[in-house]
Amino acid sequence: MKRRDFIYLTGMGAAASMLPGLPVMGNPIDPAQALERVDVGLKKQLADVALNAARSKGATYTDVRIGRYLNQFVVTRESNVQNIVNTESYGLGIRVISNGSWGFAATDKMDKDSIAKAAETAVAIAKENSRLLTEPVQLAPQKGYGEVSWKTPIEKNGFEVPIKEKVDLLLGVNDAAIKSGANYITSLLFLINEQKYFASTDGSYIDQDAHRIWPAFFITKIDAATGKFETRNTLSAPMGMGYEYLNHRPQDKITGGGGITLYKGRYDMLEDAKAGGAQAGEKLKAKSVEPGKYDLILDPSHLWLTIHESVGHPTELDRVLGYEANFAGTSFLTLDKWESKKFNFGSKIVNFVADKTQVGSLGAIGYDDEGVGCGKWDLIKDGILVNYQTIRDQAHILGLKASQGCCYADNWSSVQFQRMPNVSLQPGKEKKNIDDMIKGVEKGIYIIGDGSFSIDQQRYNFQFGGQLFYEIKNGKIVGMLRDVVYQANTQEFWNSCVEIADSNDYRLGGAFGDGKGQPPQSNSVSHGSSTARFNGINVINTARNIG
Amino acid sequence: MALLTKEEVQALLKKVLSYSKADECEVNLNGTDSANIRYARNSVSTSAKVSQTQLAVSSAFGKKLGIATINEFDDASLEKVVRRSEELAQLAPENPEHVSFLGPQKYDEAITYVPETANITPRLRSDLVAESLKVARDGKAVAAGFLEDNNGYSAMMNSKGLFAYNTSTNTNFSITVRTEDGRGSGYATRGYNDVRKLDTKRATQIATEKALKSADAKAIEPGKYTVILEPAAVAVLLENVFFRLDARQADEGRSFLSKAGGGSRLGEKLVDERVNIYSDPLNPELPTSTWSGDGRPQEKVSWIEKGVIKNLSYSRYWAEKKGVKAVPGPDAAIMEGGTKSLEELIAGTKKGVLVTRLWYIRDVDPQSLLLTGLTRDGTFYIENGKIQYPIKNFRFNESPIIMLNNLEELGKVERTVSVESNQNYLLPPLKVRDFTFSSLSDAV
Repeated sequence: MKRRDFIYLTGMGAAASMLPGLPVMGNPIDPAQALERVDVGLKKQLADVALNAARSKGATYTDVRIGRYLNQFVVTRESNVQNIVNTESYGLGIRVISNGSWGFAATDKMDKDSIAKAAETAVAIAKENSRLLTEPVQLAPQKGYGEVSWKTPIEKNGFEVPIKEKVDLLLGVNDAAIKSGANYITSLLFLINEQKYFASTDGSYIDQDAHRIWPAFFITKIDAATGKFETRNTLSAPMGMGYEYLNHRPQDKITGGGGITLYKGRYDMLEDAKAGGAQAGEKLKAKSVEPGKYDLILDPSHLWLTIHESVGHPTELDRVLGYEANFAGTSFLTLDKWESKKFNFGSKIVNFVADKTQVGSLGAIGYDDEGVGCGKWDLIKDGILVNYQTIRDQAHILGLKASQGCCYADNWSSVQFQRMPNVSLQPGKEKKNIDDMIKGVEKGIYIIGDGSFSIDQQRYNFQFGGQLFYEIKNGKIVGMLRDVVYQANTQEFWNSCVEIADSNDYRLGGAFGDGKGQPPQSNSVSHGSSTARFNGINVINTARNIG
Repeated sequence: MALLTKEEVQALLKKVLSYSKADECEVNLNGTDSANIRYARNSVSTSAKVSQTQLAVSSAFGKKLGIATINEFDDASLEKVVRRSEELAQLAPENPEHVSFLGPQKYDEAITYVPETANITPRLRSDLVAESLKVARDGKAVAAGFLEDNNGYSAMMNSKGLFAYNTSTNTNFSITVRTEDGRGSGYATRGYNDVRKLDTKRATQIATEKALKSADAKAIEPGKYTVILEPAAVAVLLENVFFRLDARQADEGRSFLSKAGGGSRLGEKLVDERVNIYSDPLNPELPTSTWSGDGRPQEKVSWIEKGVIKNLSYSRYWAEKKGVKAVPGPDAAIMEGGTKSLEELIAGTKKGVLVTRLWYIRDVDPQSLLLTGLTRDGTFYIENGKIQYPIKNFRFNESPIIMLNNLEELGKVERTVSVESNQNYLLPPLKVRDFTFSSLSDAV
């Protein structure tokens, strides 16, 4: 997560900058304008200008992305609306291979001369930098799809919902939290629409329309006398859905341990805020955890982030090969472990699937940003490492005949590269629910919601916090805990996974802000799981006094 | 559109304002040309050049505000964007916290622009990378690096007579060198407004040396250690202090600067008295813009003086409510140091750990500003004033406030770059006692 961008956006940080200065969020626009689409015929014409210009300058491969990236933020705190902003970022990025080297240029000037000049710049960069190459780029073959399109299957476009309806929802959420005990609450609705057009010299012209939504809140409860405070964040997940995510239904709710309501596929924001206000108060009075070994029962609203960091990232092939060594890091899942076909990543019940097609997920898309049709494949099978995540210029390294379709750029102005698909833990095969699992634990902690997170650059050592921590003694929840984080080694952790609830409990979590690359780019990705149990995990106490 | 001069910008923004019918109107304009080369496995990977310009118009009717932007600059488009922002303002609910735009301000002339950086050629970029690659290849090591440069301007004007314009250039470089067998790794980072100061060869030599020396790391027990943090490690810890000096959060009781019983710790001594932290837009080694995003002048501000919290940053709304000066948050930060080099700090250390950089820094508890993260790319054990051997990386759990109370020594200040935020700072290496390492990591 690009933490600082988010802090700026919500005005929660010290340096809350004014909106026109936000570098990665695009330009504010009129809501009505967001609904006007760029004509696909025009996009094809502009793309052909770029393809032809690059070819005439000596490019041996070219792809063009014309992107219109729309965001809407409605941000409130307590009884005030802080920001209502529609942003747009529209422009063209052109990527070429010339002299065996990649070159890229981008422009927001959408006239034919500016586009041709960008193509020329991209080729010039490729030629200049070919002197720095050790071996030429090898692209996995890819058939052209002709003129095709794809759209997120939404029921209700969030951009079409009146601003007033959104403001009323959020102010209602704030009111509910304050009434149940919160001192402060920031709530927001964040909508994304990526209108992406891709064309390449392979003969593809792909028009796509992806939608995402994230309703969220952040509650603070203060004890003025002691100067202590606690926070409770939303239990929602960002989703690859329309506004229907907020139309909650009884069948989309799950009762977790201790009677907590958890959300599956739809979200009741008002109910969660009401519960959150009270729980923030309970957290202030909760018992500080005794450090030591515990059996952990991890809810999907928490476990998604542990999956993201400890499974999603180390199976990225660009990290394994060293392409991210200078920033995000490399990976402990080296090629020899994959080649051995017996590297014991996790226990036998641990199965992870990469999936770019899962309905409702953030990573769902028809074709990736280098024109490859998307699919689904195993990463960890019965606990064994069996595959990675690849793009076209890496596929040959694994002996694959085609890319797995993991290429993504967060904007028309960004160079596309390997990004994480949805990576999800498959549900347990035996019928089992959360209560069954808690009953079997003698000394444990049940964790709900994501909190603090950190992992090393090869993805061995991690530390995670959460939102709600419940102490389990002899099969029963006995009260709330605070100051809890757990630390583990990835391989040891997944080998300590002894139980996974069945598919009735399977839920998605995820993030809009998966950060990687230089300059850094954001990726949206979901991670599904059912509640899972991990035995003997090291828990530390985080309480400190700064005087 | 090519980068515009001050006169061209002034004429353009006056034209935009002439279309306004709102109570108040404010216009922001930004243009940038940026370019980069990325490399890994001793070979170039990606490289890009991007040009962007954006115009944002904010229109206010009373306490109702609307914002719209455009990137076309013909007269019809300019008028359209003004109308659109006015329509949005009329649709928006009143925000009781909205403050009227600022009137004319006086700004110092910024010193952030260096023509040589603005005029970097593709050949110079590839030369800088070629020099870096040669060092790594000659050392039989593997380099991954990133070189980027930006050249741009930002400007604002409003209906109350405010005008601000600034040009700036900068270049950031970072390099990670690993041994061929992946058992050693080293790092260096540099940031300058003036590309002529950038020595990619020297930086890569340092990273290569660290890589070669860090192979065969030994595991030592986690626990509390005296550490020497290089400036790149200091940056990622202390920027969590620099960016959290917000008065409102402190006054509201939800900051490490909040006080039991209410109010903030402004004026209290919070850390060692040798700690002096300030921001200064005209510092020649770290120049920044002389105005903030909402038009307030950026001046030299002391944030922590002799360990005392001297100033907090205020939004204009909160300052008005509290009846104090609305000091904007810093764009960069400078910490005063001492006279000793890193080598001299090591020479004066009986037992300790040298930390090249820290990685994946995240909040654990905002109450105490407890942070977690890991050492990376060169961690060494020091005994009797000498580096004895490389050690395995640690996870730490530590608060920069506790750390600044456990200060042993400050070294000579240098400009460094945060890997977390990409911000540049002027910081000394710090020697700190009782730094808490909580577990070992196998990562190299």
